[in-house]
Amino acid sequence: MENEKQLEQFEAKINADSKIEPKDWMPEDYRKHLIRQISQHAHSEVIGMQPEGNWITRAPSLRAKLILLAKIQDEGGHGLYLYSSCETLGISREELIEQLHNGKAKYSTIFNYPVLTWADVGAIGWLVDGAAIVNQISLQRTSYGPYSRAMVRICKEESFHQRQGYEIMGKLALGTPEQKEMAQDALNRLWWPTLMMFGPHDADSAHTGKAMKWKIKRETNDELRQRFIDKTVQQAEIIGLTMPDPELKWNAEKNKYDHGKIDWEEFKRVVNGDGPCNKKRMDNHLKAHDEGAWVREAATAYAAKQVKEQVVA
Amino acid sequence: MTKQEALFSYCLRLGDNSLILGHRLSEWSSKAPIIEEDLALTNMALDLIGRSVAILKYAAEVEGKGHTEDDLAYRRPERKFYNNLLVEQPNGDFAVTIVRQFFNSTFEYLLYEELMKSKDETLAGIAAKTIKEIKYHLRHATDWMLRLGDGTPESHLRAQKALNDMWMFTDELFEMNEVDEILIKEGITVDLNMLKANWSKKINEVILESTLTVPTSTFMQTGSRQGIHSEYLGYIIAEMQYLQRAYPNAKW
Amino acid sequence: MSNVKDSQWPLWEVFVQASPGIPHKHVGSVHAPDKQMALQNSRDLYTRRSEGISIWVVPAEAIVASNPEDSGMFFEPSNDKVYRHPTFYVMPEGSKNI
Repeated sequence: MENEKQLEQFEAKINADSKIEPKDWMPEDYRKHLIRQISQHAHSEVIGMQPEGNWITRAPSLRAKLILLAKIQDEGGHGLYLYSSCETLGISREELIEQLHNGKAKYSTIFNYPVLTWADVGAIGWLVDGAAIVNQISLQRTSYGPYSRAMVRICKEESFHQRQGYEIMGKLALGTPEQKEMAQDALNRLWWPTLMMFGPHDADSAHTGKAMKWKIKRETNDELRQRFIDKTVQQAEIIGLTMPDPELKWNAEKNKYDHGKIDWEEFKRVVNGDGPCNKKRMDNHLKAHDEGAWVREAATAYAAKQVKEQVVA
Repeated sequence: MTKQEALFSYCLRLGDNSLILGHRLSEWSSKAPIIEEDLALTNMALDLIGRSVAILKYAAEVEGKGHTEDDLAYRRPERKFYNNLLVEQPNGDFAVTIVRQFFNSTFEYLLYEELMKSKDETLAGIAAKTIKEIKYHLRHATDWMLRLGDGTPESHLRAQKALNDMWMFTDELFEMNEVDEILIKEGITVDLNMLKANWSKKINEVILESTLTVPTSTFMQTGSRQGIHSEYLGYIIAEMQYLQRAYPNAKW
Repeated sequence: MSNVKDSQWPLWEVFVQASPGIPHKHVGSVHAPDKQMALQNSRDLYTRRSEGISIWVVPAEAIVASNPEDSGMFFEPSNDKVYRHPTFYVMPEGSKNI
């Protein structure tokens, strides 16, 4: 009885577009869905530092190096914002990281693709960050207060990320023939995995129903994917690159681009661990985590000694 | 050696120290003990590489051959780099990185305080901006020295080993050559011998407070003033310059 | 269920003052082993774009928050006390500077 009344109040709040805050009553499913989504988002930011991180030491100019470092640092920061908003749901960062390590929590499949050339760094910024921004702008209106606030902050900071990637692609596409080839090759390899970032089609998406009803997500996977395609095609045209999708064409009637079929078999394979870099990304994360344990312990031990000394004094 | 040649060479030394240490710290990305520390190390890498841009740009200007800071960073061979051996040493475990930071930041703090008074206005200006960053780096390194030294038995051992291993690269920080002689006379730089006592005093204090022992070994490495480095620098250069060298006509 | 004795350090809430004269505002949280590191980690995370001139950090466990269930008792009694607001009062026509 009590529960029903609480649920009614909760849904009334959602319907009125009011935010849910950490201490408010919420259905267990709402909490679970949020933890899954926010932690996946946080892990994606953190694991997402690795592919581009490959190129920090090889960035071709000092300016490019500074920009790339700052961008990767932002991603770490965004991971932190998201971990803390997830922690307001009553789960610790220790648990979140453990779930990443034991495979219970996922991160975006896109980061399991290799970043092979400098053009891939550009393509990640342009496409992957471009796709992320479409999603994140939409999530600023999510119903959970701490998640929404993290998204507002992240969107503000990410505005330069896509631009830096597009700038790299533009320079390459208009550069030497070798550079242009590099740019086209990156687009060819990363276009389809980027489209997969938005998740399965609405009809096949297990989580879309409730997430939309409770306004955790404000737009569906297909809506967001379409918005991304519609704004990106023109950007490719301007710098003279060709989209690797022969079926991609403007549909004047529907006022949007039609596109070819996404290979969902590949998506499933990569989600379930069989992508080119799944093992490498996780191994790296585990290694840093394990090798850092003694440092974290040292700082904890030192802090405990200081407290003791204070008490004695 | 003319004053201009000396100033060019001196700027390379300062710029290379920042660039190579920034490179090393940037290697920590995604590898730090905790994500907060990942951001802290990257902040310092950004400070250092940013400083190297300012100094190498000035070096190119002094050289007067129409080069840019990127030409100097990306087209010079390893024998023409003049950074101290200390900053090119591999990151090792976190203790090695902290000790390297601690030795270097203490040195830089003393050096750049003097450079703020340099008769060369550009260097003085860069020093005034950079001293604030160095103060923060020094605070960071000192805090970690205390926590590692006086943390757990394992961290204590690792910190002591790092101190012992990095010790042989500390004398070189204070080495001087003709470049220094010329620039000291011009009031552009400072006699590094005058900084040494202060450096020793400062690091001794922190090492003792960290419950660690100041190393006593007397063997010291040298070579960077002549562009003779440890084997590690070649790999740094190979990685850093790869694209510029593989596509010599390309613009990025 | 957790057999990992990992510690990610305690949680701290971070408040940043953006410019002189305005209040410190809650911006998020960080993990740190002690207060000194909490300040520095906050600086490295929350002022990367010169967002602040002053930072406060507070152990998250030291914060006491009101309960949503109490919001009726806590906050609604003040809804009918409009006389606390200046617009409640009728001033004589033509009066100034009040």
